Amino acid sequence: MTKRLGWFLAGGLLVALLLAGVVSNFASSSPDGLDATAREGCTFNDEGEITGGTCIAQQEGEHQLGDSPLADYGIRGIGNSFLSTFIAGTAGVLITFGVGAGLFWVARRKRQDA
Amino acid sequence: MTTAMHIANGIVDGPVSAVFAVLAVAALAFCVRKARNDLDERLAPMAGLVAAFIFAVQMLNFQVLPGVSGHLLGGTLAVILVGPWVGALCVSTVLIVQCLLFADGGLTALGLNITNMALLGTAAGYLLVAGLLRILPKTSFGLAVTAFVASVISVVVASQGFVLEYALGGTTELSLPWVSGTMAGVHVLIGIGEGLIAATTVATVAKVRPDLVYALRRFRKPAVAPELGVKA
Repeated sequence: MTKRLGWFLAGGLLVALLLAGVVSNFASSSPDGLDATAREGCTFNDEGEITGGTCIAQQEGEHQLGDSPLADYGIRGIGNSFLSTFIAGTAGVLITFGVGAGLFWVARRKRQDA
Repeated sequence: MTTAMHIANGIVDGPVSAVFAVLAVAALAFCVRKARNDLDERLAPMAGLVAAFIFAVQMLNFQVLPGVSGHLLGGTLAVILVGPWVGALCVSTVLIVQCLLFADGGLTALGLNITNMALLGTAAGYLLVAGLLRILPKTSFGLAVTAFVASVISVVVASQGFVLEYALGGTTELSLPWVSGTMAGVHVLIGIGEGLIAATTVATVAKVRPDLVYALRRFRKPAVAPELGVKA
């Protein structure tokens, strides 16, 4: 890997870290397109529980890994939501880069074959 | 708090989820085989960056209607920067990390989510990008227009993947035309947001390091035969 590519990757990672760690705090908290469609037709109480009607989300189950320390893009036990999102977001970017780059590196074509 | 446009557990029944999980594994195995041709010492770390970038941008939900948000899916962006096979694997990596570590998108529904966002969205993005780049100039502007148009359509295609899965194994009885229309309508708006982000990103990379843009290196040959691009 060349030095120039190294600089590009470092710059790109920095942008991703800022987006996930900082900018994400200003993201919309409304239900997304799929979720909003799934909720349409039902009524909800303040806790987000379905109180009536018919909608796709009725049979929605809990996530098997809902107790993960990073669940819902926050760190359980940290009250400050900015800090919590910052740590979860930056951790997610670094983990995704590590896993992705690691697997792609292992799978890459060696010079002699191909 | 950030939520992502991933199918939760229980919305599509177990057997249909299982079928799509098998389908997703088979398709990803095929992608790994094809991706090896593309992955060299430059593309491998670049693909890691693309995955990390998509993870980051998926946290950025933007408002599309009162009470409704959306975020980038990333298939088209990935196709342009790292190619279709590696691109599908990038989006899958993001979905797997989100599901296993961030409890986003049900574990049972992982095959459904990979099928829609990593396979369908990326395939549609690839066909459109390859087609559009045969008529549009291979400049950062041409690439931006390509990214925008392909993103809008690929997001709507991905949303219809959910409709198909819901039609086959939905656990509630809602009218399919209504589900299809509602999903398509809101995803056109989300696609426009995605298109703007993808266009800005690829135009920036094309200006700074055009040699790192897969679409500029590999899509000069006839678009329908990716094998021809192996040694471009």
